[in-house]
Amino acid sequence: MPTAKVNGTEVEFENGMTVLQVAELAGEEIPRFCYHERLSIAGNCRMCLVEVKPGPPKPQASCALPAADGQEIITNSPMVEKARKGVMEFLLINHPLDCPICDQGGECDLQDQSIGYGRDDSRYAENKRAVEEKHMGPLIKTIMTRCIQCTRCVRFITEVAGIPEIGLISRGEDVEITTYLDSAVTSELSGNVIDLCPVGALTSRPYAFNARPWELSKTESIDVMDALGSAIRIDARGPAVLRVLPRLNEEVNEEWISDKTRYACDGLARQRLDRPMVRADGKLRAVTWPEAFNVVASRLKAAAPERIGAIAGDLQDAESMKAALDLFVSLGVGNLDCRQDGTALGDGPRESWLFNSTITGIEQADVVLLIGTNPRLEASVLNARLRKLWLSGSTRFGLVGESADLTYRYEHLGTAMSAMTSLAGGDSDFAKALKGASRPAIILGQRALNRADGAAVLKAAAELAGAIGVVREGWNGWNVLHTAAARVGGLDMGFLPREGCKGAASMLSPGALDVLFLLGADELDLSGTDAFVIYLGTHGDAGAHRADVILPGAAYTEKDGLYVNTEGRVQRGERAVFPKGEAREDWAVLRALSGYLDQPLPYDTLDQLRDRLIAEHPTFGEIDYAPGSTPRLFDLASVGAAGELSDAPFVSAVKAFHLTNPIARASVTMAQCAGLSAGVKLAAE
Amino acid sequence: MVGILEDKDRIFTNLYGLHDWRLEGAKARGVWNATADMIAQGPDWLCDQVKASGLRGRGGAGFATGLKWTFMPKQESERPHYLVVNADESEPGTCKDREILRYDPHRLIEGCLVACRAMRAHDCFIYIRGEYVREREHLEYAIAEANVAGLIGMNNIHGWDCDIRVTHGGGAYICGDEMALLESLEGKKGQPRLKPPFPAGSGVYGCPTTVNNVESIAVVPEILRRGADWFAGFGRPKNTGTKLMSASGHVNRPCVVEEAMSIPLRQLIDDHFGGVRGGWGNLKAVIPGGSSVRMIPAEEAEVALMDFDDLAARKSGLGTAAMIVMDKSCDIVAAIARLSYFYKHESCGQCTPCREGTGWMWRIMERMVTGEAEPKEIDMLLDVASQVEGHTICGLGDAAAWPIQGLFRHFRPEIEARIANYRTRRANVPGATLIAAE
Repeated sequence: MPTAKVNGTEVEFENGMTVLQVAELAGEEIPRFCYHERLSIAGNCRMCLVEVKPGPPKPQASCALPAADGQEIITNSPMVEKARKGVMEFLLINHPLDCPICDQGGECDLQDQSIGYGRDDSRYAENKRAVEEKHMGPLIKTIMTRCIQCTRCVRFITEVAGIPEIGLISRGEDVEITTYLDSAVTSELSGNVIDLCPVGALTSRPYAFNARPWELSKTESIDVMDALGSAIRIDARGPAVLRVLPRLNEEVNEEWISDKTRYACDGLARQRLDRPMVRADGKLRAVTWPEAFNVVASRLKAAAPERIGAIAGDLQDAESMKAALDLFVSLGVGNLDCRQDGTALGDGPRESWLFNSTITGIEQADVVLLIGTNPRLEASVLNARLRKLWLSGSTRFGLVGESADLTYRYEHLGTAMSAMTSLAGGDSDFAKALKGASRPAIILGQRALNRADGAAVLKAAAELAGAIGVVREGWNGWNVLHTAAARVGGLDMGFLPREGCKGAASMLSPGALDVLFLLGADELDLSGTDAFVIYLGTHGDAGAHRADVILPGAAYTEKDGLYVNTEGRVQRGERAVFPKGEAREDWAVLRALSGYLDQPLPYDTLDQLRDRLIAEHPTFGEIDYAPGSTPRLFDLASVGAAGELSDAPFVSAVKAFHLTNPIARASVTMAQCAGLSAGVKLAAE
Repeated sequence: MVGILEDKDRIFTNLYGLHDWRLEGAKARGVWNATADMIAQGPDWLCDQVKASGLRGRGGAGFATGLKWTFMPKQESERPHYLVVNADESEPGTCKDREILRYDPHRLIEGCLVACRAMRAHDCFIYIRGEYVREREHLEYAIAEANVAGLIGMNNIHGWDCDIRVTHGGGAYICGDEMALLESLEGKKGQPRLKPPFPAGSGVYGCPTTVNNVESIAVVPEILRRGADWFAGFGRPKNTGTKLMSASGHVNRPCVVEEAMSIPLRQLIDDHFGGVRGGWGNLKAVIPGGSSVRMIPAEEAEVALMDFDDLAARKSGLGTAAMIVMDKSCDIVAAIARLSYFYKHESCGQCTPCREGTGWMWRIMERMVTGEAEPKEIDMLLDVASQVEGHTICGLGDAAAWPIQGLFRHFRPEIEARIANYRTRRANVPGATLIAAE
């Protein structure tokens, strides 16, 4: 390996590294504003200047300079010091002195680095430059006078998000960052520019003037807005969750999160169910917990087990589903389902409902076939990774389903089943590419599976996968993309109808049940059911609207819980704040209810519940492990069921990106975004 | 004799447009003569000859042209090679390439063909300044003529396919920087790219590219026709050849002239430009190379030679050899302030020191003109200039700092006097010290 000297210490480095990276290997911190590991190199802030020998007798931008064998890198010479101080002075001369009212204060790169390189006085006697605010939509607040033109936001939106709507216009000292025609940014990842912005030019609009970073308690947790399980940090002050930020997880979200993950948190404070309620004379009335439990217990005891049903929702943690499962199984109930949308998964081996290539592994695919999915809306962060794969240039994409702007080019093969069947036997260009691929991948979306012929579509997809060798020694490219954070967990523990029992759709038909228990299930059409509905959940949404008894539960920020993402990766969410009002953690509510039913569940703490869950379903014990990381073969022939196929187009699984769950629907910010993307004009501010 | 160079040794024989610039006229002056023989010699011979002639880039930086050509890959691959001719002549005071483009375009076109052969390129882009409308018309006409005559293009009579295209800029000075020029050529915003990678490795469209000045390319065929030794016979060692030189400002006959390198600056002014207005004694300072080098005062101009090394030793530079001559009536501070405004206006805004520094320097310079400043601000200004110089992506930061540094190097007392005058509310007119002395 080549070696270089950094301030006199020898370091070995890998070919292709930059001087900045080599200096960091040696433990030298290099200040920077424009450089970011995941973006292209701009080299325009000039903060990372170092002295390099051999080389010209002037400082070099280390972020853009390839390191060479035998190079001598000096980061602390007077020349470097002067250069950095000079650059810092230039950055500050036109930067407003408004740190006391700036939302970036306390987490501002410019603030931090001016401690090291700033002057203690100002030599700049001229007028400071002012820049007009730009409109970037309801999520991003701009104070463009603070901008230091590092162009990170431009590069992120263009390269990672793939929606080139932010740019740098004009020249010289008049350069300005702006959006195209001053319109809102339409990317689902737009909020990440706030994290990237090293100064307070782009800040979070909903969070504006809310808090200082040092006032917040920070909890590392897992996101539930989609099935990826992005790593997040929940920042809360007292009982209120004020913001959600991404955490680094190379294997899932790198360091991005979608706008829904970031901004739906104001929904955690609105429309909340904070005390038990019972419907009397058509109106919901607040009651005490014992009253509510007595009503529920009497109803459940009175009903025959086959007239009772339970449906688990999309945001549930595994423990609450396990507790519900144990409770209803002990009552002899077989009408159980965790698939509100009726997706045809759950039979067959575990691999059949997982994203087997893993999220990082998909980057090795050479041909990707998307079936009935729009990853941009269903898993925005994954879509950024697919775009990265496309940018690398060696991968072909094909889509069967609704065509949409996915931010990368793909071959649109058709909208319905017929396009897939013609692929299997066809000799089209793409079919040949699929057959010839060494690592083909199929990404199967929910819109292909949650229809009446879902099982048959699944079978057809599995047959296609078998024909082109999607599953082979050392490679498993069979990928199911889920949209619900709870789904894989529910499938893994078998929260599914027992033999001869009803699934979600048939439970809701008139006269099917006497008692229906909804565990945070809100994506259902409850107009048909005439059962007594018990709703355990967090928000006054569809479920609570129809419920006869409401048991207030805890949202994802208010409980510890396990979540299994679409890869089958089990991740641990942490509690950031306490449940609202009299609400309790879901598993504890179920445990208490079991006492009223004289069927006490055999655990009194969450740890005991987890132990039992892991004992019965060992996969839940493999924390942060994606089963697909060691590709396993499985029998594709056993996947799905034969049946009549309809040629109706695969319609969208996610109709409105911003409104897919009760938390997001309660969020004002998400409502504004949804309105914008639906073309509704916001009232003038 | 006027000057050093004899008429028989002039390369640009239609510099003043006295003859026909079209193909026939050019052929009569010797252009397109024996081109096929040069092409037939092959790339190595061509590069060697240009190296032997000592030709240094005529765009201002003075990098050895032959050496630059050898940086191109020796083998053609699936990535085509490109020659890009920088005709974006926007330097203040400089209009030498303009005379080639409008009166001798065939010399340039012939040079493009030869240079393309030397670098194994089949495509050549000429990026011409947007404001040069007539020049572009002449150049395009000449290219069309050459194409029709089978001199260039596919299957031409010289046996080396060479497609020449003209692109015109949008009027930004920064696009004269080779990396910004490549960006602009690709249709992007004219902001300089980072080096490395250098154009010879990854230039226009990511392919090996060489960017040369118009004059550097246009002189090559004549060098080959007459021999490298002939060209190397002019000027001092390492500063050989003939060069277009010009003067603007306070000379009696501003013009462009071809002269031998290393001609004494004074001889050049006296012989060709009719002397300084009001006599040599009236000279105050000269900026020898466009505007982007440090000025030299009269006493140094007296002994300076017009070549790269002599002027560099005087902490100035040959640049484009288009001198700006200023006599004693000139408000030299205002002149430099105007240049500072130019650089502030033309900064692309990409990198911090130039974006913020050029505006700051200009604002201080404007106050220096009236003397409305603190004496200590002079040192601050020089410090700011040193913070810009050498810290930017391209050379514009340096170019903005140098005129100011040159001014204070030689005329600092004058500005200090202005500041003092402003404070004592005395009249501050150009030449006030002269009037007082009388």
